[in-house]
Amino acid sequence: MSITPEHPVELDRRTVLRRAAAVGMLATPAIGLLSACATSGDDKDNEQVAGGTKSATNPLGVKEDAPIEVIIFNGGYGEKYATDVHEPLYKKAFPKSEVKHQATQAVSTVLQPRFAGGNPPEFVNNSGEKFLDFGALVNDGQLQDLTELWDAPSVDDASKKVRDTVIPGVVEQGMFNTADGGRKPFVLYYVSTVYGIWYSGKLFKDNGWTAPTNWEQFKALCEQIKAKGITPYGYAGANAAYYQWNVILTQAAKIGGTDVLKNIDNLEDGAWKQDAVKQAAEAWAEIGAKYSDKSFEGLKHTDVQLRQNQGKVAFYPSGDWLENEQKKDTPAGFTYQLMPVPSLTASDKLPATAIRAAGGEGYFVSSKSKNPRGGMEYMRQMLSKAGARGFTETVGAATVVPAGSEGFQFPPGVASAQAALKAAGQDVFNMLFDNWYKELDTEARTATNELMFGRIKADAFVERIQKRADAIKKDSSVTKFKR
Amino acid sequence: MRHGKYPFVIGFLFAPVTLYVVFVIAPYAQAFQISMTNWRGLSAPQWVGFDNYRRLLDDGSFWKAVQHHGVLLLALPLITIAIALFFSFLLNVGGKSSGGQRQGVWGAKFYRVVFFFPQVLAVAIIAVLFQMVYRPNESGLINGVLMKLGFDPVLFLIRPNLALWSIIAVLVWQAVGFYVVLFSAGMASIPGEIYEAAEMDGATKVTLFFRVTLPLLWDTLQVAWVYLGIAAFDAFAIVAVLSVDGGGPDGATTVLAMEIYRNAFVYSKYGYASAMGVALFFLTLTFAALTLRLTKRESVEY
Repeated sequence: MSITPEHPVELDRRTVLRRAAAVGMLATPAIGLLSACATSGDDKDNEQVAGGTKSATNPLGVKEDAPIEVIIFNGGYGEKYATDVHEPLYKKAFPKSEVKHQATQAVSTVLQPRFAGGNPPEFVNNSGEKFLDFGALVNDGQLQDLTELWDAPSVDDASKKVRDTVIPGVVEQGMFNTADGGRKPFVLYYVSTVYGIWYSGKLFKDNGWTAPTNWEQFKALCEQIKAKGITPYGYAGANAAYYQWNVILTQAAKIGGTDVLKNIDNLEDGAWKQDAVKQAAEAWAEIGAKYSDKSFEGLKHTDVQLRQNQGKVAFYPSGDWLENEQKKDTPAGFTYQLMPVPSLTASDKLPATAIRAAGGEGYFVSSKSKNPRGGMEYMRQMLSKAGARGFTETVGAATVVPAGSEGFQFPPGVASAQAALKAAGQDVFNMLFDNWYKELDTEARTATNELMFGRIKADAFVERIQKRADAIKKDSSVTKFKR
Repeated sequence: MRHGKYPFVIGFLFAPVTLYVVFVIAPYAQAFQISMTNWRGLSAPQWVGFDNYRRLLDDGSFWKAVQHHGVLLLALPLITIAIALFFSFLLNVGGKSSGGQRQGVWGAKFYRVVFFFPQVLAVAIIAVLFQMVYRPNESGLINGVLMKLGFDPVLFLIRPNLALWSIIAVLVWQAVGFYVVLFSAGMASIPGEIYEAAEMDGATKVTLFFRVTLPLLWDTLQVAWVYLGIAAFDAFAIVAVLSVDGGGPDGATTVLAMEIYRNAFVYSKYGYASAMGVALFFLTLTFAALTLRLTKRESVEY
């Protein structure tokens, strides 16, 4: 998922070298045999291990001594939750197995050659700026069908299937169309992510400000904040423009209902030109012009987040990983608070409390790895009460397993996000196009910067993204998805 | 001894040629092959003929990148060579002559070392350094000073018509040192008597530079031009690390390598990216051949 916490992934010399090496590796087999070209994905050396015996404690039939390799994206959530919680859980269940751990900030850089070479790792946390395209992976049959996992009995209660221990919609979110026209669950979205606009509870309390719920209040407050010499609103244009298209589209969904987003995801004709999208873009372009700072276009997300911590920026759009990501820089008493995107008009289809929430952080099991059953079992352990609880305790974020966060004392930011989620009730929605079509994500980011920093108007904004969406729709090499 | 020559030569060539074929020729050849497919990086590719190339023709960002290479190709060598020539002239023959020997300006040895510093740094480090230099707010090196003095900050990497020039400035800054050293070496081999004779005839420093130094340095200049031209076709690392939104704003600083990188590693369109790579290959080749052909001229023997 591209909307995930991330450290700024700089392109350093080592990555460049590694990439160069990867290109070399891709090419090397070609000279061995002219027929065996580097692009052939299958590798006969990679024999899968036989299944073990199924039992009550091993419902997936994992071979007990088969090793598994775990790749973790070392971003906003770090890697400690894997090394300290999930991997020990797996080791406890299968003491004879060896768990190999690797963390990276650039998932595709590390894994691309592994998939091309036919020896992918079992378990992958596919996230961050350089995540592998899920669509391409599905298309190539690289992902393990997780139906068996979802139907397996859960670790804590054998009478309950794993699929019944998670928040509704999570299994659905990880489902993709397959080449034969079916629809199967391939991806586990593990972290419960709530999106909104963040502010400092302390700053607002000290100034007697309250979080606005409608547009007039929002603009009036922005005026007051500006008068105080604080930049009212800002996001980082250099690498995090998608935080802002998320806000614009969330606004659009509130104006026109959740079908607005469904049309966009499904690449319907004229989806971006829907009135709701245009209205939302217009409204936010005004905020960008009046209440933001031109220099933010050249800043990275960490820079702007730091400025918010320093009290120089009031509102910042992000997901609920923000509090954990900024832990080191947040001054005592800052008190992160989330507010839903304010309603634009009184005739909005969704109430002011409506919110975007989804499973964040995608995890998958490679179907062509040596031990895919081990990978699924690792997921089952992750989804156990102990696994979810451990994750929550380590990173301070809620998982999609409600039993794991029961009674947990969340830090103020996550707590406010969870409260907002509760207040939203049924009005919770999500969008998926950025995961499905990365080109569309890129175009939306570029167009968002153009819009928010005043180089184009709302009309041109929807026009240019629609053009790219049409091009993708026509491109036969891109797999299409529907929801 | 004559009959043993070939085995001897072949023996020496075997290792380097094999390495070259494996690591250079084979990947190039394969890029041509992949560019004719719709490979998405994982499973077996399908042959699509020239589809990818046809698609290149109406790809806006591709042409934008090509256009930027045009600008780079003119600006980078011209500015770099001009500055490097000026500096190396000052460092080698710009000062007083003592005992019939031309000298550089005072402190020439020190400057020579200082000019070479950027060359020692890794490109990625330079890009990160310039992030600080260009930063658009009070914590930027340049804008910090400007804002203290009460000016508005200059949005170096953000204003679309300034961004590419900000990038070019970094490329020039990084390259100048190397060419100062290259030209210095060239100047050192110009005999002092020629300068002496010219000076005796009343030539000024300017005349000396244009009538003596420049013609006698022609070969070196030609090499510099080709090197810098090829560098102008790259510029990837600086653009990738320094520019806003990966070659932005809105593609204002993008280069071919950036587009190749994006298509291959972000969109997983390896076939299409390879087609761009092949286009870049031919552009570079054409440039090198043209430059060598156009700048061919009798070198002066001395």
